[in-house]
Amino acid sequence: MIEFKNIRKSFGEKVVLDDVSHIMETGKANLIIGQSGSGKTVLQKCLVGLFEPNAGEIIYDGVSFTDMTVDERKELRQQIGMLFQGSALFDSMTVEQNIMFPLDMFTTKTFSAKLKRVNEVLDRVNLEGVNKKFPAELSGGMKKRVGIARAVVLNPKYLFCDEPNSGLDPQTSMVIDKLILDITREFNMTTVINTHDMNSVMEMGENIIYLYEGKKEWTGNKKDIIFSKNKLLNEFIFASEFLQDAKDMRMLEAKGKISDDRDMDELLK
Amino acid sequence: MLFFNHFGRYLMMLKGMFTRPENMRMYWKELMHQCVEIGIGSLGIVVIISVFMGAVSAVQTSYQLVSPLIPASTIAQIVRDTVILEFAPTVVCIVLAGVIGSKIASELGNMRVSEQIDALEIMGINTKSYLIMPKIVACLLTIPLLVVISMVLGILGGRLAGVATGILSADTYDMGLLMNFLPYNVFFALVKAYTFAFIISTIPSYYGYFVKGGALEIGRSSTKSVVVSCVMILFADYILAALLLND
Repeated sequence: MIEFKNIRKSFGEKVVLDDVSHIMETGKANLIIGQSGSGKTVLQKCLVGLFEPNAGEIIYDGVSFTDMTVDERKELRQQIGMLFQGSALFDSMTVEQNIMFPLDMFTTKTFSAKLKRVNEVLDRVNLEGVNKKFPAELSGGMKKRVGIARAVVLNPKYLFCDEPNSGLDPQTSMVIDKLILDITREFNMTTVINTHDMNSVMEMGENIIYLYEGKKEWTGNKKDIIFSKNKLLNEFIFASEFLQDAKDMRMLEAKGKISDDRDMDELLK
Repeated sequence: MLFFNHFGRYLMMLKGMFTRPENMRMYWKELMHQCVEIGIGSLGIVVIISVFMGAVSAVQTSYQLVSPLIPASTIAQIVRDTVILEFAPTVVCIVLAGVIGSKIASELGNMRVSEQIDALEIMGINTKSYLIMPKIVACLLTIPLLVVISMVLGILGGRLAGVATGILSADTYDMGLLMNFLPYNVFFALVKAYTFAFIISTIPSYYGYFVKGGALEIGRSSTKSVVVSCVMILFADYILAALLLND
């Protein structure tokens, strides 16, 4: 569990996060959603310590991250995996070397044990036969999967994903979302995902925080979104007429006014 | 004010490198990799520059020595001293500032922009220590060696050109090389080489590590790092000459 209280972060005069508090739950996909520039990435970078908040406290499983020394933070970070927006794979290394890097750095395992672990995680993200390829030879979706494999290779307790679907087609996005959700449940991790992809929100949103201009505007889960009366959230989530119609359908389904197992082929005849 | 801001951040970067390595074996591997990249990677250009510098200085010295009272062996002495005192340490290091400096700045800049540095930080690795320290140590190990190689090749280049153009015989050249030789000059050249190696590695590291933006900014910071390194080399060259060569 990651708890953050009254986080405030500004760059010069510009206040990017203003008094944001929330609890990210273990074993769940915790989503930070909001428009571009709403402070999602800054909040995530504050949580992992890449940015230092101006005020507030971050607590990892009861231990204050804010009060930790540099060495204590380094130790905690070995329990953190992160998937970056652009995957952040090391260009000069092969896929195998990229995934093996954290093992090389922080374990004393033999090469064969490390290779076994690399193949295990590659298999887990459904990537086989790419060990010797360089990141430049992979597609966007494959890079994300390698990024996930590298993030989970040390069995972290916390997984952070910054826009895991950016630049991916809807089908590949769904595959990545499902993979993150499965891994979160399988290893009982606390997963924090930044996204503004509505498919992801509706697929994975077990604990959602909506940021608007650096402030926590709404919190809930994917079911709550359908019934939310928050104007700003509705404008953001159901921006198009198509999505507004989809929301109306879901509401009618939920209220039992239309059947949720209706035969669309029959209705369209 | 901006200068002090940069200088302060540069010092903080250097201070930030000194922490306990996460895994000594990985740091050693990175150091060896950098030694190969920087040392072996720059060897070709150093060989070419040095041979031609020595050759040209032999021919041009001969062109300027018009008095029949000055023996031909003086050409070898002049070539030897100019190569050891200035050409090998300063000119070669200015070229290396371009070759190595732009490589370091663009490599670190690209890693910063593509979030690879953030990825390493998240893993709990001190990126200043893991990425910058091996580059500095590799420069301090290999650049003085390259300078020594350059001295030898520069003097050989002068000999080759002198003999090939008929300015002086090989024996006369060899005799001139041994006349009035001051070992202190080699010490002075090595002091310069170590100083310049530090400049060549730390300034581009600073510009690359703190780059912000995209591809354009990487290019700009790379160019800026080379320009600043060259100016600092020339400045340090003067300071060292004033301090160490003034009786």
